[in-house]
Amino acid sequence: MFLEIVTPEKKVFEGEVNVATFPGSDGSFQILNDHAPLISALQSGNIVYKSNAGEQAIGIKGGIVEVLNNRIIVLAEGLAEAS
Amino acid sequence: MANLKEVKNRIGSIKSTQQITKAMKMVAAAKLRRAQDSIVQMRPYAQKLGDILQNLTSGAQEEGQSDFSQIRKEENVLLIAISSDKGLCGAFNNNVFKKIKVLLEGKYQQQYQAGNVTVLPIGKKALEFFGKRNFKINTDYGYLLSGLSYEKVDEAGSFIMESFLKGNFDKVEIVYNEFKNVATQFLRVDQFLPILPKERKQEHTNDAGIDYIYQPSKEEIVTSMIPKSLKIQLYSAILESNAAENGARMTAMDKATDNAGELLKELKLTYNRTRQAAITKEILEIVGGAEALGG
Repeated sequence: MFLEIVTPEKKVFEGEVNVATFPGSDGSFQILNDHAPLISALQSGNIVYKSNAGEQAIGIKGGIVEVLNNRIIVLAEGLAEAS
Repeated sequence: MANLKEVKNRIGSIKSTQQITKAMKMVAAAKLRRAQDSIVQMRPYAQKLGDILQNLTSGAQEEGQSDFSQIRKEENVLLIAISSDKGLCGAFNNNVFKKIKVLLEGKYQQQYQAGNVTVLPIGKKALEFFGKRNFKINTDYGYLLSGLSYEKVDEAGSFIMESFLKGNFDKVEIVYNEFKNVATQFLRVDQFLPILPKERKQEHTNDAGIDYIYQPSKEEIVTSMIPKSLKIQLYSAILESNAAENGARMTAMDKATDNAGELLKELKLTYNRTRQAAITKEILEIVGGAEALGG
């Protein structure tokens, strides 16, 4: 599935991933391939995604995620240090 | 006839001025490119935000029920004036100031006379201009443009929205220059709050009605997204103005360089003429002297 992370200032990440974990406002959740359509608010935290190149984490300051047809779009308000 | 030395000095000073304006033009061009880049960088975010919001609200009437689209009697008005931090960019800043004056004397005359119009200057030039005159101003965000980032705009946006919700302002408008191309800027007055109902794109409504899972709930997501899209609107206005400023400066400096070139040409002519005249005079004197001796 395709993951895209954008902030108002730049596009942070774009690429194929296998697994992604998000800091949802109701708690952390994970998304795998063929997930049902979902829109969720995000709180500050880390987005962790696994691609063929390995696992990586990006810290964000809240935002929104939309999952639709194996496309994940994250609208992050800002970036933070991954912790 | 002008003094030779004087003309030479003037040529020197104009040459160095020309160098400065040339350099400033180049700097403005580089900054313009960066400003345009950040507009391009912001676009995907703005577009996707709009898309999601559209997906959320398609078929529903929720859009109209937000607190931010509340239309009240226009008693207290806030005008956001976006200017630049630096001068030397032609009529760029003046256009904004003039427009605000026109608004105050026309559209918002009543509110102005009652002292209910507040100006929120963004950028040092607006801060200076409105600070010197008898305006009710809010200076909190005057220095927003130095080290511009979304975070700062976010803060300003939150403040404006909060005061709107509290009822401190019933209407908020943004006055700024929109970047058309390097030589042209459009002055725009956009209504920021209350939100104007958008015309829905009919083709975009998905009849299939994608069955999203909402977390925490649809309403909460919509309410959290509206402020986001408003902030983006403010941010994009500031970015536009920033690009327009550098475009304006580029044109102004280009003209200044040209003018300096013309001035130089004229001065050089005067210089050469003066020099020639001096030489002729000297020769005449020598010849005259030699004749007097020989005679």
